[in-house]
Amino acid sequence: MQLPIYLDYSATTPVDPRVVDKMVPYLRNHFGNPASRSHAFGWEAEKAVEDARAQVAALVNADPREIIWTSGATEAINLALKGAAHFYKDKGKHLVTVKTEHKATLDSTRELEREGFEVTYLDVLPNGLLDLDAFKAALRPDTTVVSVMFVNNEIGVIQDIPTLGDICRQRGIVFHVDAAQATGKVVIDLQTLKVDLMSFSAHKTYGPKGVGALYVRRKPRVRLEAQMHGGGHERGLRSGTLPTHQIVGMGEAFRLARLEMATENERIRMLRDRLNKGLSEIEEVYVNGDMDHRVPHNLNMSFNFVEGESLIMAIKDIAVSSGSACTSASLEPSYVLRALGRSDELAHSSIRFTVGRFTTEDEIDYAVDLIKRKVAKLRDLSPLWEMHKEGIDLNSVQWAAH
Amino acid sequence: MAYSEKVIDHYENPRNVGSFDKSDEAIGTGMVGAPACGDVMKLQIRVNQQGIIEDARFKTYGCGSAIASSSLVTEWVKGKSLDQAMTIRNTQIAEELALPPVKIHCSILAEDAIKAAITDYKQKHGLEANADAAADQKVAA
Repeated sequence: MQLPIYLDYSATTPVDPRVVDKMVPYLRNHFGNPASRSHAFGWEAEKAVEDARAQVAALVNADPREIIWTSGATEAINLALKGAAHFYKDKGKHLVTVKTEHKATLDSTRELEREGFEVTYLDVLPNGLLDLDAFKAALRPDTTVVSVMFVNNEIGVIQDIPTLGDICRQRGIVFHVDAAQATGKVVIDLQTLKVDLMSFSAHKTYGPKGVGALYVRRKPRVRLEAQMHGGGHERGLRSGTLPTHQIVGMGEAFRLARLEMATENERIRMLRDRLNKGLSEIEEVYVNGDMDHRVPHNLNMSFNFVEGESLIMAIKDIAVSSGSACTSASLEPSYVLRALGRSDELAHSSIRFTVGRFTTEDEIDYAVDLIKRKVAKLRDLSPLWEMHKEGIDLNSVQWAAH
Repeated sequence: MAYSEKVIDHYENPRNVGSFDKSDEAIGTGMVGAPACGDVMKLQIRVNQQGIIEDARFKTYGCGSAIASSSLVTEWVKGKSLDQAMTIRNTQIAEELALPPVKIHCSILAEDAIKAAITDYKQKHGLEANADAAADQKVAA
């Protein structure tokens, strides 16, 4: 077994070797600019880009003409939110999103607030899902854009996109969905979903970093104001020479996802459940986020009385993410876990495990054993664990916050 | 985040982990920090008849730097008088462990823990915690 073991597939995935093989010829031989209309180099590159566009569209059951290439999901989200908010600003200047969204969304809406837009940030239920009544109540006559992520990056919960889409469509509100963590994990059918804009990333689905896409619905048509100017590529919505090799990689990665996701997700779910079962044998552990409405590869767990960063340091043979950000001066724990109503202590004690295509059963067993031993060691070091064992209620203690 | 070798050494081989009996007359206990902030340190000192810190124990909930800072100070306080131990500064701890700026609070917490343990010991023995009350010490003893 090769150490360290990678269990951080929601941060990024390795590029599938089959994807790499497809990409390399577009660096070495077929280097043409897809926008060159006057020679075979350009035609070849253009064909590759269009084939990839069709593959991305096929995964989500969209028309290839509805796919706009971007540099990644962050750019797609920026284009969707700023582009739609700007275009429809005469109709209204109110947006609705959720507190547990990715920073690409939250920072884009913050920027819109600075420009004079008004944004409502919805709370979530303790399981991480949106309260549909609260959602409806937040919509106003001047609401033009709603943005909700399909799958949460930290806790992996799946929002009820079909219902949210219906609600938005009835009111004529543009509905954007950040699907960066959803492709290849959940079935996405844009023929039935009433979603107007959807953001994608290649590198969360075994494609390369540096490329993504935005789905822009044609019927009913959604309009955007371009955020990047120069050359009028991508029907004027996103100028810039297309990175052919990256796009080819994203197309192949999404093609493989469509073919393999059904069987792959069953295997991955089995591994995640094995991990959950093993770790649940430890005392005082808590799963964060709903377990039923959740992608198969995510497990987010809090190890009470152990601080997340020190746990990550102790288990450096496995690569995972922590909900604790002890590196910042403010020592702020994950805002996603806080939004679930988790105490700061449990938020500080959380670890996100995300398994993937190349994870093995042996790796899961190794991880469980390592974590069990290290949690025990750190609890021996923890004054909070000692107090817990003495039967002291930590909430009854007057702590001096610093 | 890259840790210094000294932090990793203390983290992987923490010195003087454990607890003394809090009610023992010779023991001073300091507990500082808060779980919500991500670190809590408990530092205990055993003080002999001559007022010298003979032994120390710690338990820490916190990041690697917090654990290393508290481990380090248990070594530093041993053999020191209470007044000498009071002079340990967080800057010395941060320097010894090469803590980056974002981890300076860990060294501050360790300094606070020493002071809290000494204060607790002095209070147990009816000694004023502050140094300028030293004149009263004989009466109280």
